[in-house]
Amino acid sequence: MRPALADSLRKLDPRHMVRNPVMFVVEVGSVYVTALFVVDLSSSTTQENVFAGLVALWLWFTVLFANFAEAMAEGRGKAQADSLRAARADTTAHVRRPDGTMEEVSSSKLAVGDLVVVSAGEAIPGDGTVVEGIASVDESAITGESAPVIRESGGDRSAVTGGTRVLSDQIVVEITAKPGETFLDRMISLVEGADRQKTPNEIALNILLAGLTIIFLLAVVTLQPFAIYSDARQDIVVLVALLVCLIPTTIGALLSAIGIAGMDRLVQRNVLAMSGRAVEAAGDCQTLLLDKTGTITLGNRQAAAFLPVPGVDELEIAEAALRSSQADETPEGRSIVTLAVERYGLRDEPVPGAELVPFTAQTRMSGIDLDGTSVRKGAADAVKRWVQAEGGEVPHAMETIAHGIASEGGTPLAVAERRDGALRVLGVIHLKDVVKSGMRERFDELRRMGIRTVMITGDNPLTAKAIAEEAGVDDFLAEATPEDKMALIRSEQAGGRLVAMTGDGTNDAPALAQADVGVAMNTGTQAAKEAGNMIDLDSNPTKLIEIVEIGKQLLITRGSLTTFSIANDVAKYFAIIPAMFSGVLPALEDLNVMKLSSANSAILSAVIFNALIIVGLIPLALRGVRFQPLSAAAVLRRNLLIYGLGGLVAPFIGIKLIDLVVTALGVN
Amino acid sequence: MTADAWAQLALLVVLLGVSIPVLGTYLARVYSDAHTTLVDDASEPVGPSGAGAAPGDRIFLPVERALYRLSGIDPTAEQRWTTYARSVLAFSVVSVLGLYLLQRIQGALPLNPNELTAVAPATAFNTATSFVTNTNWQSYSGESTMSYLTQMGGLAVQNFVSAAVGLAVAVALMRGLVRRRSGTLGNFWVDLTRGLVRVLLPISIAGALVFVSLGMIQNVNSNVEAVGLAGAPVAVPGGPLASQEAIKQLGTNGGGFFNANAAHPFSNPSGLSNLLSIYLLLVIPFSLTYTFGRFTKDRRQGFAVLGAMVVLWLGSALAAMTFESDGNPQFDRYGVTQQADDGVVGGNLEGKEIRFGSPASGLYAASTTGTSTGAVNSAHDSFTPAGGAVSLVNMMLGEVSPGGVGAGLYGVLVFALFAVFIAGLMVGRTPEYLGKKVQGTEIKLATIFILVPSVLILCFASVAVLLPTAASSILKPGPHGLSEIVYAYTSAANNNGSAFGGLTASTDWYDTTLGVTMLAGRFLPIVAVLAIAGSLARKQRVPVGPGTFPTNTPLFAGLLTGVIVIIVGLTYFPVVALGPIVEQLSL
Repeated sequence: MRPALADSLRKLDPRHMVRNPVMFVVEVGSVYVTALFVVDLSSSTTQENVFAGLVALWLWFTVLFANFAEAMAEGRGKAQADSLRAARADTTAHVRRPDGTMEEVSSSKLAVGDLVVVSAGEAIPGDGTVVEGIASVDESAITGESAPVIRESGGDRSAVTGGTRVLSDQIVVEITAKPGETFLDRMISLVEGADRQKTPNEIALNILLAGLTIIFLLAVVTLQPFAIYSDARQDIVVLVALLVCLIPTTIGALLSAIGIAGMDRLVQRNVLAMSGRAVEAAGDCQTLLLDKTGTITLGNRQAAAFLPVPGVDELEIAEAALRSSQADETPEGRSIVTLAVERYGLRDEPVPGAELVPFTAQTRMSGIDLDGTSVRKGAADAVKRWVQAEGGEVPHAMETIAHGIASEGGTPLAVAERRDGALRVLGVIHLKDVVKSGMRERFDELRRMGIRTVMITGDNPLTAKAIAEEAGVDDFLAEATPEDKMALIRSEQAGGRLVAMTGDGTNDAPALAQADVGVAMNTGTQAAKEAGNMIDLDSNPTKLIEIVEIGKQLLITRGSLTTFSIANDVAKYFAIIPAMFSGVLPALEDLNVMKLSSANSAILSAVIFNALIIVGLIPLALRGVRFQPLSAAAVLRRNLLIYGLGGLVAPFIGIKLIDLVVTALGVN
Repeated sequence: MTADAWAQLALLVVLLGVSIPVLGTYLARVYSDAHTTLVDDASEPVGPSGAGAAPGDRIFLPVERALYRLSGIDPTAEQRWTTYARSVLAFSVVSVLGLYLLQRIQGALPLNPNELTAVAPATAFNTATSFVTNTNWQSYSGESTMSYLTQMGGLAVQNFVSAAVGLAVAVALMRGLVRRRSGTLGNFWVDLTRGLVRVLLPISIAGALVFVSLGMIQNVNSNVEAVGLAGAPVAVPGGPLASQEAIKQLGTNGGGFFNANAAHPFSNPSGLSNLLSIYLLLVIPFSLTYTFGRFTKDRRQGFAVLGAMVVLWLGSALAAMTFESDGNPQFDRYGVTQQADDGVVGGNLEGKEIRFGSPASGLYAASTTGTSTGAVNSAHDSFTPAGGAVSLVNMMLGEVSPGGVGAGLYGVLVFALFAVFIAGLMVGRTPEYLGKKVQGTEIKLATIFILVPSVLILCFASVAVLLPTAASSILKPGPHGLSEIVYAYTSAANNNGSAFGGLTASTDWYDTTLGVTMLAGRFLPIVAVLAIAGSLARKQRVPVGPGTFPTNTPLFAGLLTGVIVIIVGLTYFPVVALGPIVEQLSL
């Protein structure tokens, strides 16, 4: 709060103010009225001096409140920037030259292409790609997530960020970003809003606000001749007060705060937007491409049912599945145990004397051996091969069940046993993709908002269709290759739709670049991170939906406050016009519908209201107008009622109340 | 208000209600002929009925082809917005020069039975400007200044073509809204020709015949000397009235053949001709909203715009009718009623024709100022201050209630862009109108569109009230005098041409400044509109869905009305407060 107050004063610098034409006009007006106040100090009556002084004071407050709003919005990012700066501290890098010699170089002097050796306990000196080795890395400085992540050469987990710390092992990193242009540097300037560019919609809105300012400037400047003609020449102080009340100061004051706060809301959710343009585009998106795994379904398949072959009891296969999975620590294995325990009341206790056979990538089976009896569970074909190799028969029923599961989009795992030398297939475990809870509701909401969701998966069309139906997405793209994704984005865009997607692999990069909003996962490759226009530090693909909501909320807040600001003017006219003229033209007193006590108090009350409403709306500007996933027509009705009609009525009440206070304080 | 007044209003509404879909559909087909619908993307149908024939091709097509051949126009050539705008401007410059020349040499030309001499240079310039801009501000008295040739071959011709220009610009904007990824807006010369040949001429001919049957005169006779009721000699004028009255109303021109305009019995003989005149001046501006609905393939888009226009027009008509039939409230204090009632011609009758009465005069005033026609059947100067304010505010709205031929539609669509931009953000998307994103370029141009008339009105009027040479033209000092000056500039800037009366406008100051105002007030907004059309035409269309800001609902009609009233209200409230409002409140 305190630094924001200091910043508000610093921002009075005209060179800063001129970027915001509406508030610049207010500042010029404040200077002018202050000058008039000082010049006329000795020649005017006390009453005139008090009035001019108070108007000047409140005009300054108007400017300061606007600056304060911006400073408040910026302040939130500053703290985060400071902690990021700490991570960026200069370190010594061990550069390995092509001839194999090692050299110690300051991290600020690294060049792109340098190979740096980073050992356990050291900070990674710059952004790069792991070219040798594997290591666990602490990325909490950037993501806030304390659990270390694995970074290794090759594949999709090769990108490392400068400022993060290697916890174990040693890696060789090829530097890909120049010092000063690293991810951390970009992140600092983004959260600080230092080089914030105005977004296209903000520019258009500024044009509108400048246009309205010109119209009101014209209306006020030409009012003096009309007033002189009507024998009611006006005090310049009053004209400046009228002008400031009419020009859209409310939205003018809060516009940049709204933009900064919008970016900040993303940062709070650990998303970095490379430009405000991307945030706006997120609000406009009509098609979301969502990766199935991790977004729509839980990352892993889970056991849904035990299906015995004829002649086998269901409880028997459940028991066998449980025993054979006790050695299987994969999530699939755990889910089999859970199902057996929960549905069949079996106990997950170690069998004394049994030998557990863990799952390996070679056998693709896990199992248990006890007293010459072996139970195996694994991929249907692996189990089949095991049974046949041991000289057993695979019943036709198993094949039928397995095929049925596959055609529904599930994965069949077979269970077999060898008891006393005899081989017997017990049945099949149905593993299926589990759609995350609440996704269907989420997609219904998106549909109401007019957003189409498309599920992207490498599964075959049959599987994809089953999951798509269960999750309630509008469409799916099965057996998707990067080219398919690209083609889908292009065709959506050709139809005029904006597309948002997430991705992490290098082969996602072209699609990320083509999409209007491309959210790269922080765990992803350097190429993906550079192609996207947002980076999700949590690497949570579901966040795309939140990003869209934040984009919409940003636009809604801007629109609501613009409407509110313009609607406010009606009441201000009813306060100020009778105050200006009813002295000479008493008939105009009829327009004083608020029954304000005197001309001076009416004008002052309007000016004070105009300033206070900015302060009153700062929380709303920073927090954003409450977002509801409704159709545009419903949202419009609601917001038009609150901010349009509310904007018309609120100042009548507000100005009247302030007038009562001002009068009670004896300012007349 | 009398039962008779209500009946007239109801009859008018019914007539318009029946005509709007018919004429609107016809207009859509006229402007969507194969020749004008060629686009880059052949698969994209542009007009409402795609490339196709329009009704009456057998009669009209040969005429049009002959005209194209004569003037060397390739009717299949599409124009970019810049070329379209250049064509509009070039055509208008030539029109101004031609009309000026005709007035200057009329003395040497035929069809001049009253042997009128050349029109004075300043008046000729002012008149040429006025008729070419569809303003029809008149600083002369028709019967004693213009020969029949000038009236028929000059002024009436401009009545036709200036209206056709307005239609063409509106059509170009509609094309801009519905075409996608297109560089062109159609062909101005084709749009001009088709508007004349297929719309304005046929309806005017029919209208003129009806007018003649109602007692309007149509001849080229010289004045007839007669003895008036008071025994003094009077010159009873002749002239080709009916043919000119029809297009004067239909083309929302308003320039009277006589000085008394539509108050003259030869120009507006009866209550029926009065009602028909009002119908004619409203029918095209209202019908164009239906055309808009056809172009956008969503009639409700047209209805939303129509809704806003109807609210503004009906509101102003009812206000003017009520203020004028109630008369001066001061009478009430003395227990005297001035109110019009059934069988009693009452209300504020000063400056009104008894054969129309107060309510019908109010209805005429509201309709003529709401449509940029500017014809008068009564003296607006003599209206109650509130009644006069209705006319003034109607013009300040920028002629969208329902506005001039074409000008009304493009005006209201510019306001729609504002409405969409201000409120559209509230649904959480970048604002879009009919699937076209409204961005910086459009807002800049739309702001220029709104700014031009307000700059002209407020700047010139504020100088005029303080400049002794200009202020001395005021007839009645005080708030009414302010209204006189503001009314004149408002009328000129919005190309209405309605005269409040009172103000002596035939001075160098007013001839010059009003001339400049008319030109700037017509052509700067037209160029802005065409630039908007060009920018929109190039854009991709965002498909409509539940997330789309709805612009085809009653809510949008209400929003649009609110935006128009608030933007205009905020601009002019102070000056209206010091003029008519204070005058009315002082009664």
